[in-house]
Amino acid sequence: MRHKGLNKVDLIFEKVDLREVLTKAFRMSSEEIIQEILESGLKGRGGAGFPTGLKWKYTAAEKDPDKYVVCNADEGEPGTFKDREILDKVAGKMYGGMAIAGHAIGAKKGIVYLRGEYRFLLPQLMRELESFHAMIAEIGYDFHINYALGSGAYICGEESALFESIEGFRGEPRNKPPYPTTSGVYGKPTSINNVETLVTVLMIIREGAGVYNQLGTKDSRGSKVFSVSGDTPTPGIFELELGMTVQEFVNEFGDGDTKAVQVGGASGFCVPRKRFTDTIIGFEGVPTGGSMKLFNSSRSMYNVLRNYLDFFAEESCGQCTPCRVGCQQLLKGVEKVKKGEVQSSYLNELVKLAETMKIASKCGLGQSVGNAFRTIVENFKEEIIY
Amino acid sequence: MYQVGNLVKELTEKHGRARDSLMPVLQGIVAKHSYLTDEAMVEVAKELDISAAEVYGTASFYTFLDTKERGKYVIRVCKTITCAMKGKSEILEVLEDMLKIKVGETTSDKLFTLMETNCIGWCHKAPAMLINEMPFTELTPERVVEIIKSYMKK
Repeated sequence: MRHKGLNKVDLIFEKVDLREVLTKAFRMSSEEIIQEILESGLKGRGGAGFPTGLKWKYTAAEKDPDKYVVCNADEGEPGTFKDREILDKVAGKMYGGMAIAGHAIGAKKGIVYLRGEYRFLLPQLMRELESFHAMIAEIGYDFHINYALGSGAYICGEESALFESIEGFRGEPRNKPPYPTTSGVYGKPTSINNVETLVTVLMIIREGAGVYNQLGTKDSRGSKVFSVSGDTPTPGIFELELGMTVQEFVNEFGDGDTKAVQVGGASGFCVPRKRFTDTIIGFEGVPTGGSMKLFNSSRSMYNVLRNYLDFFAEESCGQCTPCRVGCQQLLKGVEKVKKGEVQSSYLNELVKLAETMKIASKCGLGQSVGNAFRTIVENFKEEIIY
Repeated sequence: MYQVGNLVKELTEKHGRARDSLMPVLQGIVAKHSYLTDEAMVEVAKELDISAAEVYGTASFYTFLDTKERGKYVIRVCKTITCAMKGKSEILEVLEDMLKIKVGETTSDKLFTLMETNCIGWCHKAPAMLINEMPFTELTPERVVEIIKSYMKK
């Protein structure tokens, strides 16, 4: 398999002349911007990886004159903290990305949905927003951003649950379709993008799609901000070119005794040591919204799995049965196996339950619980049983 | 228990009375009083012209919109995997020992409530906790004692 190795990049946190980039963007037509983003190959940086250019193309095609750009700053995936750093260091670039999105889809209004856990950042974010609005007005462009705050619910990172929350309801995901591009917040056509995606958009407009898509691989263009934590001597936030293997990642960030890497947080995949060299971090291998947790041989993978299941059992919104009951039963199930109350073959039943949840759950939460469950149980069966 | 007084009116003046004002209004009450009383929720329902059940239904969905009595300072210790690996239990023990309460309880002087919470986005500086909205990271037992003492003096 071809890959590019580990390569540090500095696009997201680079200081830019915002006015210059936006002036350039506003001179471009909606079609030109969308074309540029499509050519860049950018996929959403929140984790799901939907092509940003396509999302904008669909939203731009809607006839309703009342549209929204929503920035998803409800970063709640365990092990992800890169959006907080972006908000802290370069919020202006995020606002710029929102204005560019607005120009592309024909929206004059933006909403940032900030998780309640990051409320402490709000005063500085509002100050930066004020100067951003002033600058936009000077350029002679009409785009206005508001804030909506979360109150401690992981599920509100799911786009339709986030809209419900903005509108003042319980954060319960909606049925899809209709997709946000036709009916999003307040039932209006909405482009909802992750914090990092919006900053990346600004850099693509500045550098050009041709420069950006030189980075990364065919399926995973560009670079990505990673949140590195767990058993590592260098935890933190790192922007890396996409396309490296887990082994190359471990060579850089491991403590010499790494036995597993959880890629993509609690809803992501567990990669065991024997798969490090042939697993690429990206959409052709294991995708991630940025969360990279390293575990060394002193850690019990049972504890890791139990912790994740406890997380999901608490954070499931409870609306649909497969997820509400499934999360609880998976948690109880592994505890029973550990205590020896049931035979170890019961794990196979639990894997089947996780597969059912993938098919039957209403939203991404219930659908992805099985990712970590299956990959941890398959690769560390002994640790779950004994 | 607190008297909600003019707070709901002030908040609805600021945020408006449409349905999408509900979250900011509830968040404003919690920012001031740490939790929502029945009286406060009924008052919000009247101001927004929706049923009290709608207000409670929404509030009870969100972890940070507590409907049970909480102390002036709500401590939320992160219990998700990295914090759990990096000494969360020890931090909890120190807090329980110092405040003489268990997780979920409030001190008798109504100053502190001790809670656990899911990932708050500080895994690279684990263990971490929030006191109201302020994050505290790279916690050690010594640091926790200092932090709590500083809040006791406030």
